[in-house]
Amino acid sequence: MKRKPRDLSFKGKIGAYFVLIIFTLFAIFPILRVVSISLRPGNRLLSRSLAVIPDEATLDAYIRLITEEPFLRWLSNSIIVSMAVTLIGTGLAMTAGYAFSRYRFRGKETSLLAIITTQMFPVTMLLLPLFLMLIRLGLYDSYLGLIIAYSATALPFTVWQMKGYYDTIPFSLEEAAMIDGANQIYAFYRIIVPLALPAIAITALFSFMTAWSEYLVAAVLLQDQDLYTLPIGLKQFTSNMEVAWGLYAAGAILVSLPVVILFVLLSRWLISGLTLGSVKG
Amino acid sequence: MVKRASAASVLLYTAPAFVIMGMVVIYPFIYNIFVSLSNMSLAHFRDWRLTGIGNYLSVLTDHTFWYFLFKTLLWTVLNVFFHVSIGVFLALLLNKDVRGRTFFRTLLILPWAVPQYITALTWRGMFNAEYGAVNLFLENTFGLQIPWLSTEWGAFTACLITNIWLGFPFMMIVALGALQSISDSYYEAAEIEGANAWQKFWNITLPLLKPVMVPAITLGVIWTFNNFNVVWLVSNGGEPSDTTHILVSWVYKAAFTYFRLGYAAAFSMVIFVLLFVFSWRFIRRTHATENVYG
Repeated sequence: MKRKPRDLSFKGKIGAYFVLIIFTLFAIFPILRVVSISLRPGNRLLSRSLAVIPDEATLDAYIRLITEEPFLRWLSNSIIVSMAVTLIGTGLAMTAGYAFSRYRFRGKETSLLAIITTQMFPVTMLLLPLFLMLIRLGLYDSYLGLIIAYSATALPFTVWQMKGYYDTIPFSLEEAAMIDGANQIYAFYRIIVPLALPAIAITALFSFMTAWSEYLVAAVLLQDQDLYTLPIGLKQFTSNMEVAWGLYAAGAILVSLPVVILFVLLSRWLISGLTLGSVKG
Repeated sequence: MVKRASAASVLLYTAPAFVIMGMVVIYPFIYNIFVSLSNMSLAHFRDWRLTGIGNYLSVLTDHTFWYFLFKTLLWTVLNVFFHVSIGVFLALLLNKDVRGRTFFRTLLILPWAVPQYITALTWRGMFNAEYGAVNLFLENTFGLQIPWLSTEWGAFTACLITNIWLGFPFMMIVALGALQSISDSYYEAAEIEGANAWQKFWNITLPLLKPVMVPAITLGVIWTFNNFNVVWLVSNGGEPSDTTHILVSWVYKAAFTYFRLGYAAAFSMVIFVLLFVFSWRFIRRTHATENVYG
């Protein structure tokens, strides 16, 4: 029988599995390691065992994290900030990306290039002026300051990403609707948005992750312990590894779980939704 | 491509995004230029004034700049090389007809899904010389004990391994997307012509991967060059004794630990210009803007 282009020979298959298994182990090893540490009883944090399920496994660290530490407080802060950033980041990228994809206007090329250029700013270059500006606006040490900062850092990538995806949707679809009497805004919401769902899902995921995982900006912009987001909270544990290593591990699992689940659920769309469109206007 | 729009509708769609970006990106950028030309420091925090290009001169004549520039280039080249080669290689395998590809693909993207700071802090724990998993593993299998975090190049390698771990899935997914869009008919035609596997890869796969990979690599270079999180959190702020830095982590330390604000602002500008020049040359030269399908 003739082989199809995607088939592998027997030897090739063995090799492929071997490589895939090695890299999969490399990919999951640190994750299993954190799971294992989070299950250790408090007096065994410095054990030198490499077992995934430790002896006398216990959920103690999780219980202590939730009942004795302000974990739920950090969690709700992070949820508020991340949700707001997701809404702003996705909503604005959906519309701005649409304009870049569908309209011709003066300064379009320049704006698109300016958007990628923002990716080249070292974060420290923006941090100090941002810090001073938010103090002046009275937004230092507040949710809003953080939300604005994160939305802005997420936007360049998301706008670019949405534009790239819209470019793959033929304009004739909207044209047909508009000949039938729909206006542009209606055509956008009823025809383009549903077609762009994979890209919108990915854009939302990235906006969410920007806010959910950010440490540096939060460390500079927040002082009030009541406003601490998860990254700053969890970082505190690592300065005292002997005592708090288990708490850190339990927290790391709880924080990563929702994004990992979202990621896996959306991974089907990741491949088609992640279009790094060309620089052409 | 489409139509000339009324100014109003373009504004309606783009203004909100630009207002936010302007506020948080453009304004600080311009402000930063002023600071870079000033004497701002802890001693002159409020009463600072413009003093000229002195900060730029002290950045460029300081040997720490050249030293960390060298490290940053090494860091970027090694990372991107491993990200792309591992990513493309795995994508080629996942694009074949192997059983359980969804299973493998799902597990292989996990490093991308885990928040970066958790990855960094976790690997820092794993590189602990005595209790860390890496040394336990090396000891059990090869009888080796490496003092990762207490030596300059050990810490650099630790950061590198961490970053390779978290970066290859992105390249893998991008490459996989591109591979899946290549029609089988190209390969079938090549087979009829008698092309071998290498020729098919070189003449079909690679040219069709390029337009997707070039923007991804450009972004990868920029992100890696500016990757503060991993270096800072794995080396705990540059340990041992401020040697484990790339340019961005050093400039952060100069700004927020040593409060050399004017110097740090000038330093940031230099980093930005380096990246800017590189990116545009790279995009131009590789013709990333051209569409291969014509």
